[in-house]
Amino acid sequence: MSDNPEHTPRALDGRAPDVLRPGGWVPMRQYDEDDAVDFAIVGTGAGGGTLACKLAEYGFSVVALDAGPYWRPLDDFASDEHHQAKLYWTDERIVDGDNPLQLGANNSGKSVGGSTVHFAMVSLRFRPEWFKARSKLGYGVDWPLDWREMWRYYAEVENALKISGPVNYPWGPKRPRYPYRAHEVNAAGLVLAEGAEALGIAWSPTPLATVSAPRGRSPPCVYRGMCVIGCSTNAKQSVLITWLPRALKAGAEIRDLAMVGRVEHDKSGRVTGVRYHRRGRWRFQRAKNVVVAGYSIETPRLLLNSASSRYPDGLANSSGLVGKNLMVQANQAVWGIMEREIRAYKGPPSLAITEHWNYTDTGKDFFGGYAYMSQGPLPLVWSGVESSERGLWGQPLIDEMERYNHQVGLKIVGELMPQERNRVTLADERDQYGLPISRVTYSYCDNDKRLIAHSLAFMRQALEAAGATEIWDETDDTCHLNGTARMGDDPKTSVVNADCRSWDIPNLWICDGSVFPTVGGVNPSLTIQAIACRTADRIKALAARNEL
Amino acid sequence: MPDRYPGYDVLQKRNSPSWNDQTRAVIDRRMAIDPDHHGFFTDAEWPTLRAICERIVPQPPDRAQRAPVAAMVDEKMHKNSGDGYRDARLPPMREAWQRALAAIDAEATSRYGRRFHEIGALLQDDLLKAIQNGEVDEKAWDDLPAKVFFKMRLLHDIVSSYYAHPAAWSEIGFGGPASPRGYVRMYFDRRDPWEAAEARSGNEGRARAENARVG
Repeated sequence: MSDNPEHTPRALDGRAPDVLRPGGWVPMRQYDEDDAVDFAIVGTGAGGGTLACKLAEYGFSVVALDAGPYWRPLDDFASDEHHQAKLYWTDERIVDGDNPLQLGANNSGKSVGGSTVHFAMVSLRFRPEWFKARSKLGYGVDWPLDWREMWRYYAEVENALKISGPVNYPWGPKRPRYPYRAHEVNAAGLVLAEGAEALGIAWSPTPLATVSAPRGRSPPCVYRGMCVIGCSTNAKQSVLITWLPRALKAGAEIRDLAMVGRVEHDKSGRVTGVRYHRRGRWRFQRAKNVVVAGYSIETPRLLLNSASSRYPDGLANSSGLVGKNLMVQANQAVWGIMEREIRAYKGPPSLAITEHWNYTDTGKDFFGGYAYMSQGPLPLVWSGVESSERGLWGQPLIDEMERYNHQVGLKIVGELMPQERNRVTLADERDQYGLPISRVTYSYCDNDKRLIAHSLAFMRQALEAAGATEIWDETDDTCHLNGTARMGDDPKTSVVNADCRSWDIPNLWICDGSVFPTVGGVNPSLTIQAIACRTADRIKALAARNEL
Repeated sequence: MPDRYPGYDVLQKRNSPSWNDQTRAVIDRRMAIDPDHHGFFTDAEWPTLRAICERIVPQPPDRAQRAPVAAMVDEKMHKNSGDGYRDARLPPMREAWQRALAAIDAEATSRYGRRFHEIGALLQDDLLKAIQNGEVDEKAWDDLPAKVFFKMRLLHDIVSSYYAHPAAWSEIGFGGPASPRGYVRMYFDRRDPWEAAEARSGNEGRARAENARVG
């Protein structure tokens, strides 16, 4: 096929794909590689894509590069888990530690729009106290951000994505009502509700980034249930179909299939641009500022791979913390069987949630919190849980899989502690570009294990109360990636400041989930986008004061 | 065991509003896979892999169109399409499979005097259980950790191939492709007319009739 976006870039010759129209194009401004743009942004996901939009709208010249293809969901997405693996970052990475992580489909996207092309759309605000976890709750570290400021940016993102959610959210300080009405809760979500009500805790329809009513050329969600393999109707409000069309309209250039291998610097130590591979050869884009937004594995990998005689430990790494404090979130589950048919494949996978244990500090033998949500695993994912996790094969696997439409589960997004030993380093092996690949090392600490045990015991009660039987624990799963370039107030103990600006190199910025000092017990995408909006405002303010 | 979803065939929906052209193209390619084709595994390795697949995801002998599981695993190896991570205890995917198949045959030969595909289902299951538990002859496996391979590669690659096939979707009553039509009925015990009807005691005939109308 001549128009295979996995092999040939689409954003070329003054145009980029119109992601909302089959076969469509929109005009795209282009910059010369020798033209030092205001910002070269590496990565177009929740961090980089959002920031590219906001900076372009503020009048900065922006080139945003992504290693992944530029999809038109209406043209390119099939209703098939196997085929849609094309959305994931499947280049080799090595995993080790006591609890080796699952990457790829689990948490790593390779697409223009990043992981939001395949995320489950769960859009939650942090609990305010998490921004001061050390001072207020006694664990982890404080963020250099104030929750009240973040509350304004959360509202901006929720409106930009037209989040569908309840009129009143049961937890946390007041917030505006969600822009679109909540989605109907499916049977799997109603099981969560029944369990919560039996145990006397609050629950809510989950605020989701998929529209419940028409929005421009996005139709309302049709409950196809294949959100995590890419939405084929554009109901999902991913970065690909929200921030990036705005970015193009405001004059940003997006380069797809552009793998950045190195950030270069001059003799003074300031960065000068990015060396990247596209259309068969290495190229160089000059830039006055570089933003690294490749998420918690590719971001430290790029900074470490950019080591030079001046920066032998990699860029922005005088603290020694680049790659360290990698955090995932606990993603353990309890599963059971209901007499009633559930058919959890219908609708977005997590339509109901409780944040009870995020906002309750008593009755815990651990620091941090967790949310838990209803689940709707598709057959490939579910068969992986039943086989690799539960150890079933042969007729017992076939028989258990036949009960697919009666299975029901509750799954946490749980806060795990930052630990320096959990980290991204460079391995000896190299990838198809000749770049050293990542080694990702992860082990739970005792607090993590206590949180997990607490959640499994509680969810088991909830599932039992809802009438499920044959309940079993899925003990080995994690989700999301955060940390590896944390923000802070002190250059000795952090990589970037509150503005996502690196302490070491004033024109090098990091803007993605890497900057999280702690993770909280909610999915990170809304917070990443809120931080990107704040960073854009700070850059605008600094530029106005001539402090860039 | 009787069919839970008698007469349900997800492929009946191929020309319905639950499938679009993109999905038809993808699934047509999968349905056309030659079950005997192996572009990566050698002729010597092939019967071993096929026998393992038969035991991991057994299919009814009378099934009209069987999922070509071994050929799908072969295609994954041929394309070298990895999952995006590799346990540090394992070598790269292709090497892991080649070494493991040799080790499994070596185990079968040393235990039973015949190759894996020649020892029959009961002994095959015994041997697979031993591998799953890491109770293996270390000489055959060298430094390849059998238990890790079984979980991370053998089960993962075989099971994910089977459940990517429409025959498996029909077996479990999954709705299958669903774009653009999606679903309407989200409540307990509710099915759209284009979803599988489950047989419960006494209503097998009715479920079969409903499933004949799915489309």
